[in-house]
Amino acid sequence: MLKKIFVLFLLTVTGVALWQSFRHAPFGENRVGDVENPETVSAFYLKHSPETLHTANSVTAIVVNFRGFDTLGEVTVLFLAATGLASILYRRKEDEEEEGGHLPVRVKLKSSTLVRTGAKILFPLILLLGIYVFVHGHLTPGGGFQGGAIIATGFLLMFITYKRFNVNHKIMVWLESLSGLAFVLIGLYGLVAYGSFLQNIPWTGRLNDLISGGLIPLIYIFIGIKVATELTNVLDTLMNTKPRKK
Amino acid sequence: MIFIVFLVIMAVILIAAAVYSVVQKDLLYAVLGTGVVSLVLSVFFYLLQAPDVAITEAAIGIALTTIIFIITIRNTTRDEDKYSEDLINRFKPEEDA
Repeated sequence: MLKKIFVLFLLTVTGVALWQSFRHAPFGENRVGDVENPETVSAFYLKHSPETLHTANSVTAIVVNFRGFDTLGEVTVLFLAATGLASILYRRKEDEEEEGGHLPVRVKLKSSTLVRTGAKILFPLILLLGIYVFVHGHLTPGGGFQGGAIIATGFLLMFITYKRFNVNHKIMVWLESLSGLAFVLIGLYGLVAYGSFLQNIPWTGRLNDLISGGLIPLIYIFIGIKVATELTNVLDTLMNTKPRKK
Repeated sequence: MIFIVFLVIMAVILIAAAVYSVVQKDLLYAVLGTGVVSLVLSVFFYLLQAPDVAITEAAIGIALTTIIFIITIRNTTRDEDKYSEDLINRFKPEEDA
């Protein structure tokens, strides 16, 4: 009873605090201001991502160019999460052999023919969609993170459909490391050549071209490969984990 | 008009699925409830003109998170009460013989 009263009290306090802070927020109003003569930072981004950077998708321009360093941090967070998961669930080969065989007990029953055929047809299409999303990150909605997540769902489909579907761990780890390294190297190139980390090159092409926006598409392709391989590695690690014996 | 009715129905489904996944004792159904929340949420993101967030929510919220939780449930316990019982038993100090 006392616990319930305490929970109610906490909920009331949270509700009042939220109401107090959002009471005067002008929802739905135009707070960007004049885009042509920018006074706010959002108007600055909206003006300069098409004009200076020649990037049609201003979200990508902000994420990869104006706030590129934050994106490096995000990628690092994902990398650390994947590494932590792998180190917790790591199992030595000898342990597995003691427990009899190294075949993962992923699925006990075989999938039906319909599911297996459908997965086989859908898998390359999902991969293609993911690659399309991150290659066109600077033109259409989406980008590296979205494309990588889509590719990981394709691998997930194969993992849950086929018993013996396995990814080559070594290739995945190498791809992940090299694409992460490439991101940092691009940043260092900006530091050496133009004086600040992740500085874009002056040549930015023409608006709405596939090769435009300077280094933005290149960085997003590397981020896409990195996210896709990382999430696939996470899934692979989890799928091959056996339940601990009681 | 029809659009507003659609929005209201979606919002009701969203809240109902969220409450269901909190209340449900069978963890597998609770996880499926969170999957439904993500599904409706991604539709809302799309309608609110944030297609890139909608793509992320669809891929990560519906597919990856749900499957990761299901794998975890397979490796632990499906029943919520039994799981907390197991946890309590594991950390109970052993009595001296």
